[in-house]
Amino acid sequence: MSAALLEVDHVTVSYDGFKALDDFSFAMQPGSVHVLIGPNGAGKSTLLDTIIGRVRPTQGRIVFKGENISALPEFRIVQRGICRKFQTPGVLDELSVEANVLVAATRDRRSWRSLTTHRSQSERDRVEEVLDTIGLSAKRALPAAQLAHGERQWLEIGMVVASDSDLLLLDEPAAGMTHREAELTAALIRSLAGRHAFIVIDHDMDFVEQIAAPVSVLHMGRMLAQGTVEDIRINPAVAAVYLGRAVQSV
Amino acid sequence: MRGQGLAYGLILAVLIAAPLYAPPYELSLLGRFLAFAIAALGISLIWGTAGMLSLGQGVFFALGGYALAMHLKLAGAGAGELPDFMQWSGLDHLPWWWEPFRSPVVTFAAILLLPGIAAALLAFLVFRRRVSGAYFAIITQALALAAATFVISQQQFTGGFNGLTGFSDVFGFALTDSHTQLALYWITLGTLAVTFAGLRWLLSSRFGTLLLAIRDGENRVRFLGYNPLPFKVLAFAIAGILAGVSGALVTLDLGVISPAMFGVVPSIEMVIWVAVGGRASLIGAVLGTLLVNFGKDWVSSAFPDLWLYVVGLAFILVVTLAPSGVVGIAKGWRRPGLSRRTPPVLVE
Repeated sequence: MSAALLEVDHVTVSYDGFKALDDFSFAMQPGSVHVLIGPNGAGKSTLLDTIIGRVRPTQGRIVFKGENISALPEFRIVQRGICRKFQTPGVLDELSVEANVLVAATRDRRSWRSLTTHRSQSERDRVEEVLDTIGLSAKRALPAAQLAHGERQWLEIGMVVASDSDLLLLDEPAAGMTHREAELTAALIRSLAGRHAFIVIDHDMDFVEQIAAPVSVLHMGRMLAQGTVEDIRINPAVAAVYLGRAVQSV
Repeated sequence: MRGQGLAYGLILAVLIAAPLYAPPYELSLLGRFLAFAIAALGISLIWGTAGMLSLGQGVFFALGGYALAMHLKLAGAGAGELPDFMQWSGLDHLPWWWEPFRSPVVTFAAILLLPGIAAALLAFLVFRRRVSGAYFAIITQALALAAATFVISQQQFTGGFNGLTGFSDVFGFALTDSHTQLALYWITLGTLAVTFAGLRWLLSSRFGTLLLAIRDGENRVRFLGYNPLPFKVLAFAIAGILAGVSGALVTLDLGVISPAMFGVVPSIEMVIWVAVGGRASLIGAVLGTLLVNFGKDWVSSAFPDLWLYVVGLAFILVVTLAPSGVVGIAKGWRRPGLSRRTPPVLVE
């Protein structure tokens, strides 16, 4: 347990009495991949929000690399090595594709260190590598606003990867993508596993299957089931939740 | 890029040579408007690039202007004497906070530091609370109102509504001398040119990219591991310093600084110069300042009551029809279909 990269330790997040997360615990190892699924309002996005500091736990704590990060400012949490892709693409529209990746790839993010036009070789290499990976090398000079929806998703995935964080949080990375694009995204996640740990939220079971990673099902802020995609498919409690029937027991 | 450098060089040459061909009245206007343009460049940085609309740049303009004016009043009064307006108000000794301004060095430092520190402090306090957009604009507007009201109310210390005026010479040179005037024009032009080049570099640096990124998505930038606060504070401090330098130069040029020059209306006018020229472009800020101010001079002398309507109309037209200003229109002619760089909203 001490080697865990991330520990979500009995976290409750409540909004005016509504518990978006209810005494939720979860842990993951460095380099591992986890998929989160669950009906709308199950608490998936809230979990990512809580890890990244957008939402603060009402109770419990988030421990990353052995450090309690529950009260750190957002940018400090990111500097510790967690980066998140949001559900609605969060690319910087007015910046070029290349500048988007560069902003994400910059290691030293202090303001006074930005007073330079110099780019280190390692940063340039990293930007090239990421642009290649996401297939946007040819469109590097375009403002991000001019990209197609799928490309914007890719760009943001590229930014998150470029940050070289140890833990990457991807909130519906394949939303709005074509089948082919989703396949490529899953392949990308598989190829980067080990170098980075991932938590991926998605609804599309085909996509989840392609990622080929352990799946956790959330329901009403609690862990409903954990297992392989196959385990989850045949789990009667999960089926009940997804079909909207009452669950007798969890 | 090369053609652009050539164009800027040409414009600079034309401006340097202006005393050779421009009539005295137009030349004195040009000098003053070039000094205004320094403040406009600061607004272009914070509003056009970083998306922070300040309706209170007059406050920083005043800090620079009054710092210099206090020195000039003390220098003019002679040793042991009080400035004239203090005597009229019945003051019998100099307030302690006037004392340092006897020194030219302190004055020079104060012209840069007072507005810079005041702007940094304001930005820090406001942006730390994550106040932005229209709320920020309103706070700065209120500050301009409060500053003008305060200066008017403290007549015995500040010269009140009339401001500080009646300077004889600056650092030993007679202000009315034509050589001093000429030197002042070139100093103003030089300051503007250096400011312009400096800001161009700043915008091309990573700092400039981050400012644009923060305007585009402050939260996104935060979640990429940056603290937006120091970026915004630094940009706002730079704009404050530029407003202060502008205020000092204009005070020299006009021979007066008063609340009528830095209150609510002048602060808004500064924003209008930049909006008309094109807020996302540095050259637009300079161009807009010259255009609006020469327009003001012309309209005010031909139709004295019309100016406020004209400038109001110009502002509405720019905001609704040409958000990138004159520069945007020019670019649209050159490359149709590519003119929409600036979002039409005033504050994000």
